[in-house]
Amino acid sequence: MDFLTLQPAEWQALLLTLKVAAAALLVALPLAVVVAYGLARYRFPGHGVVNALVHLPLVLPPVVTGYVLLLAFGRNGPVGSVLRETFGITFAFNWTGAALAAGVMAFPLMVRPIRLSFEAVDPKLEDAARSLGALRLVSFLTVTLPLALPGILGGAILGFAKAMGEFGATITFVSNIPGETRTLALALYTATQSPSGDVAAFRLTIIATIVAFGALIASELLARRLRKRLGGADA
Amino acid sequence: MLDVDIKGQVGALALTARFKSEGGVTSLFGQSGAGKTSLTNMIAGLIRPISGRITVNGTTLFDADKNINLAVQARRIGHVFQDARLFPHMSVRSNLTYARWAGRRKTTRSMDEVVQLLGLQPLLSRKPATLSGGERQRVAIGRALLSDPRLLIMDEPLANLDQARRNDILPYLDRLCAEAGIPILYVSHSIEEVARLSQTLVILSDGQTPAYGPVAEMLARTDLGKATGRHEAGALLEGTVCHTDSEWGLTHIDIGGATIQIPDLGAAPGEPIRLRIRARDVALATEAPKGLSIRNRLEGTIRSISEESGPYAEILCSVGEQTIRARITRASVADLGLEVGKKVTVLIKSVAIDKRQRAPVPG
Repeated sequence: MDFLTLQPAEWQALLLTLKVAAAALLVALPLAVVVAYGLARYRFPGHGVVNALVHLPLVLPPVVTGYVLLLAFGRNGPVGSVLRETFGITFAFNWTGAALAAGVMAFPLMVRPIRLSFEAVDPKLEDAARSLGALRLVSFLTVTLPLALPGILGGAILGFAKAMGEFGATITFVSNIPGETRTLALALYTATQSPSGDVAAFRLTIIATIVAFGALIASELLARRLRKRLGGADA
Repeated sequence: MLDVDIKGQVGALALTARFKSEGGVTSLFGQSGAGKTSLTNMIAGLIRPISGRITVNGTTLFDADKNINLAVQARRIGHVFQDARLFPHMSVRSNLTYARWAGRRKTTRSMDEVVQLLGLQPLLSRKPATLSGGERQRVAIGRALLSDPRLLIMDEPLANLDQARRNDILPYLDRLCAEAGIPILYVSHSIEEVARLSQTLVILSDGQTPAYGPVAEMLARTDLGKATGRHEAGALLEGTVCHTDSEWGLTHIDIGGATIQIPDLGAAPGEPIRLRIRARDVALATEAPKGLSIRNRLEGTIRSISEESGPYAEILCSVGEQTIRARITRASVADLGLEVGKKVTVLIKSVAIDKRQRAPVPG
């Protein structure tokens, strides 16, 4: 039965991974929704540049992204030093840094499906909502957002999965500190670097698989309920 | 009540619209591509005109000179779109009450009243995806009515429906137009609907409004041939039901000094009624014909003759107080020696006046 009980280090890595991924999602998802909506509905100067910037982490080697984050958000980086002095927030070698790296890497994966789902919602429905007295924001919140929810859910799941498994940018930016930045992926990497780490690596692999599988099933159930609620709008 | 004088540009279409209406139902009539939807979108605030003024019931919605341009949500215009635009994720009930909970509109009209008027009771808990096209339009009309509008715009609400569905929804529109108590701008390219529902007719052609006025007067004008469409052109008669001859299944209509017989429509004596007589269903005779199956023979006087280069001539005849329009060949005009002021017998086949050509008089 010993094999089925999680060891303290494994618990630590698992909880940390969930915490990092959840924090990344919590901050990045609303931002992704706003950016996706802007890209879907408005043609503004710099539209292409914003689009490229959003997708940059997808095409850059993760190590590059991590290094850029380190330069910008490190203790003495231009953004990092300001944040530390004015808000007392530190990213470097902190779990929040791992969350930042995970969020940045997951961002393009969230924006894409969300943008597609916004584009699938007829903008004329918002005209109708406004003709009934709804302010722009209200018409967005009551009409477009609920109709785009399946896509937003899809983006959130992709983003969460990416955030959970993020490796390259995280280890470059915030290093590999047990209990602080050592997520499942980093713990697994550490295990593979140790001559006697085969069993540990195998156990971590199983843990990661179970968590991912659970998340997928939960999202599928949620999506089904959503589709039902939307009244077969996209059926 | 409704005063529009605007210039605008939508894509390649330059729009210059100018008309006034004293309330009731105003029809905006024109062929596809004439700019009807562009014009209504400007009135609704979805497209900004370049210059001009829009006033509804004394409230200025747009005035380029004074820099007034009310936002869509501030205009209080109930907009019934051609494609209904119901919110697919909400029940019919939530759609109907949307203006209240999302638009913060106070409704003077009660939900029950609108549900009753449009027969929506059985639909309330359903989702839009399960509704037929006609039901969707009825819900869209109800939703717009419940937003406490100062003007109701209906942009071809029947255009996407087949004839059977149209016939389902037309009685509701009759009631709505008679009972709504707010001005309605009804957009259509069907002269039938226009003649049936409206008091004022605005003609829109290639982005211009060449003419507007009382509907019967406008339909009697022969100079608007291109804009009103030749084939369906006709005059509008208002009359009262005298009685129904049940043996022959004919209803007798008094049109002021003359009687017209039409197929039984189940109307009660004394009921006011509107008939649209298509010009192509009318024949003229210079002397009372004998041995003829046509039952409606009215004494009239030729008021005008307009001939075109083609084979046709458009004749307007006064019959009592009303005007009937006839479309005959130029050859007949010449053979019969027709001229203005001449007395003629106006012949109309009873069977030519079918269900679609008649309606209750709009309130």
